[in-house]
Amino acid sequence: MAEIIRIKKGLDIPLSGNPSSEVTADKKTTTFAVCPDDFPGHVWKAVVKPGDFVYAGDPLLKDKATQKIVIAAPVSGLIDEVRRGERRHIEFVSINRDPEKSINKRQRPSNEDELKTLILESGLWAMMRQRPYDIVPDPETVPRDIFVTAFDSAPLAGELLTDSLSQWLEKGLETLASLTKGKVFLGVRAGSGITSKAAEVYEFEGPHPSGNVGTQIAAINPVNKGETVWALDAVTAAKIGKLCETGELDYTTTVALTGPEIKNPRMVSTFIGASVSTLLDGELKTQHDVRIISGNVLTGVKVNKEGFLHFPYRQITVINEGAEADEFMGWASMSPKKFSVKRSFPAFLRGLSKPFDFDARIKGGHRAMILSGEYDKVFPFDIYPEYLIKAIIAGDIDRMEKLGIYEVAPEDFALPEFVDTSKIELQKIVREGLDNLRKELS
Amino acid sequence: MKGLKKKIDSVKPQFEKGGKFSKLHSVFDGFYTFLFTPNETSRSGVHIHDSNDSKRTMIMVVIALLPCCLFGMWNVGLQHALAIGDTNHDLFHLFFYGFWAVLPQILTAYIVGLGIEFIVAQIRGHEIQEGFLVSGILIPMICPVSTPCWMLAVAVAFAVVFAKEVFGGTGYNFLNVALVTRAFLFFAYPSKMSGDNVFVSVGDAAAVDGFSGATPLGQLAASSGPAEVLGVTGNPLSYADMFFGMYPGSWGETSTFCILIGLVILLATSIASWRIVFSGVVGGVLMSLLAHNFATPLYPVTYLTPIEQLSLGGFAFAIVFMATDPVTACRTNIGKYIYGFLIGAVAIIIRCYNTGYPEGAMLAVLLMNCFAPLIDYCVVNANINRRLKRAAVKN
Repeated sequence: MAEIIRIKKGLDIPLSGNPSSEVTADKKTTTFAVCPDDFPGHVWKAVVKPGDFVYAGDPLLKDKATQKIVIAAPVSGLIDEVRRGERRHIEFVSINRDPEKSINKRQRPSNEDELKTLILESGLWAMMRQRPYDIVPDPETVPRDIFVTAFDSAPLAGELLTDSLSQWLEKGLETLASLTKGKVFLGVRAGSGITSKAAEVYEFEGPHPSGNVGTQIAAINPVNKGETVWALDAVTAAKIGKLCETGELDYTTTVALTGPEIKNPRMVSTFIGASVSTLLDGELKTQHDVRIISGNVLTGVKVNKEGFLHFPYRQITVINEGAEADEFMGWASMSPKKFSVKRSFPAFLRGLSKPFDFDARIKGGHRAMILSGEYDKVFPFDIYPEYLIKAIIAGDIDRMEKLGIYEVAPEDFALPEFVDTSKIELQKIVREGLDNLRKELS
Repeated sequence: MKGLKKKIDSVKPQFEKGGKFSKLHSVFDGFYTFLFTPNETSRSGVHIHDSNDSKRTMIMVVIALLPCCLFGMWNVGLQHALAIGDTNHDLFHLFFYGFWAVLPQILTAYIVGLGIEFIVAQIRGHEIQEGFLVSGILIPMICPVSTPCWMLAVAVAFAVVFAKEVFGGTGYNFLNVALVTRAFLFFAYPSKMSGDNVFVSVGDAAAVDGFSGATPLGQLAASSGPAEVLGVTGNPLSYADMFFGMYPGSWGETSTFCILIGLVILLATSIASWRIVFSGVVGGVLMSLLAHNFATPLYPVTYLTPIEQLSLGGFAFAIVFMATDPVTACRTNIGKYIYGFLIGAVAIIIRCYNTGYPEGAMLAVLLMNCFAPLIDYCVVNANINRRLKRAAVKN
């Protein structure tokens, strides 16, 4: 029987637009892309140019330093564009899919080195994360432990594991176990019934962020100074298992179309990096003044209609932008449509668990940190978040270390950022803090 | 509202950089955001936000203060009527007497305080911060009704500049601004801040025979043994009088009943920390019990029972509205327990054993404001040590 860990601090934001379990196949999308910014911690170099033909699983980008980590093509077809922004920074590499071309099977690995190379070249390596720093792991390191989360607790997230993939999970966990000297931990939702022999299973109960791997690491065995752990989700783990067992590459993904502005919130099966415009074709309630988020509302990436599905998200959320709403004396509002965990709006009378239509307004002015204890209520770590944030703002490396920066990733600060009365951009601050720390210590 | 918005938007460029009134940018911005909640949408991080903001928070505190404020006005009228022997105890008659008596103080506090905030915001190029919305109403409420406006103006200016703006404004001050104002008045103009003649507004009329305007705690401090606390006309005060606040004192803080209403609002909206209030009351009760147990004529206030201690003077008000100021209180949960407990205990110690200061709540909160960062430092350090112990790599 797996140990049950109850996460008490957290919040399930009652956003409307929950997806139904209905899954439809995406037949329209022809353009797919990968965005190197979704794989932090490395400088990526394009190894293809527009017009090249690639098979799914061929490298599109390699990390500049070691040339070992690969971001692979999710589909076969012709390279459409390598879009560059300022200072030739690559924004995305897009492919026009040619559905006729099939994927070659890979050789099954016979030893550990071959296994590593196989995972690296399949692009699945880049889908793992290392803590500290929340970056794609360096292939040379051996992690203390590997943490796998089997569920996504973010607002409106769909089920992570599909039936076709879950059969490979055990093999994936076995494979991962050979990459670490420590243990592989699997965090599952309480009552899900997922078991494993290769990994130590912990059941998690409670609100978001119980499904965040950071929360699970903190509850099971926190990261200390000088230690490295890897983190990934069960989908990636299962794909690693499938690759090692059968030699087949799997770049399919099931995307949840969610949010208050989606007509029929449901699941769509497609490939990684699908173009948003075709996924959302005919799905929006209104075309006007909407915000399309590749991912969930807490950590996702804002994209326009020309954007793509970003990694690691399996969700597209569409909410009202709200920039055109002028609210007269909003601070005096008695509107029952305004959600606040603080019960300072009358909405709490109708119940805070019923769905609300959120929009993208920050609903207030930026202030210094005034109220205390706000973050703690939704931050299930043995860390004082206010003090850590202040240390990061002050650029005090020594204090950041002492206050536990090695244990956190920006996404862990998403809920504190949501509830913050002073509207401080906490995730941005943490990302900058982690980057600074890595620069200083390397 | 669209028309109003259009009109304001049309004059907006004049207040922006290079405009005719660019020197009034912060003031314009302050009023603009007051009228229309900014429709700024999120640029990084989370895409949706909780509706609560700093303005709403401050407004909720002001709402929580309203029962005390309205009752205080009525009580000013009541004490006045009792003092001059007026038998007309009509609700509105009393209320409006008090209202007109304290209105100049409220206006003075807001005009001076907000004026300085506007100027500083403009100099720094900041948005105007709404912290003073609360301080501005708190300050007159904790002063005697007869405080001259010019004194209040000097004290407010001192407190806002030296207790808040020099540190960076709302969110950066380490002392409670309202209490610094009160302390400044207390030490700079002691004759106007204590004694028998400042807490009741007698006006031009002659006081009745047997009139004494001393506060209950003032009477006790001046007595030489266990004494009964009396109202202004010499009648002993009942527990109900004490609890509901019908006795002379700083006009906004006498009614424990109204303070409790405010407390409910503050706790329901998670603005005040229940930890501080709870441990503050525990600290106060324990210390009063201790003092009561060893009561001595040398320190007559020690004869008060814990219930009287909690009901009289500014203790309850200080615990609910001053100690819970999030900026100057402890920020860690464990720290909050210690901080609240010490405020409660120290307030009663000062009250009982320092006969020079009939009320100790103000000084207790200010003292603990100074110690709050130290308490937090120790609590956070315990967390750091726990982390270091876990780590394999030391230093």
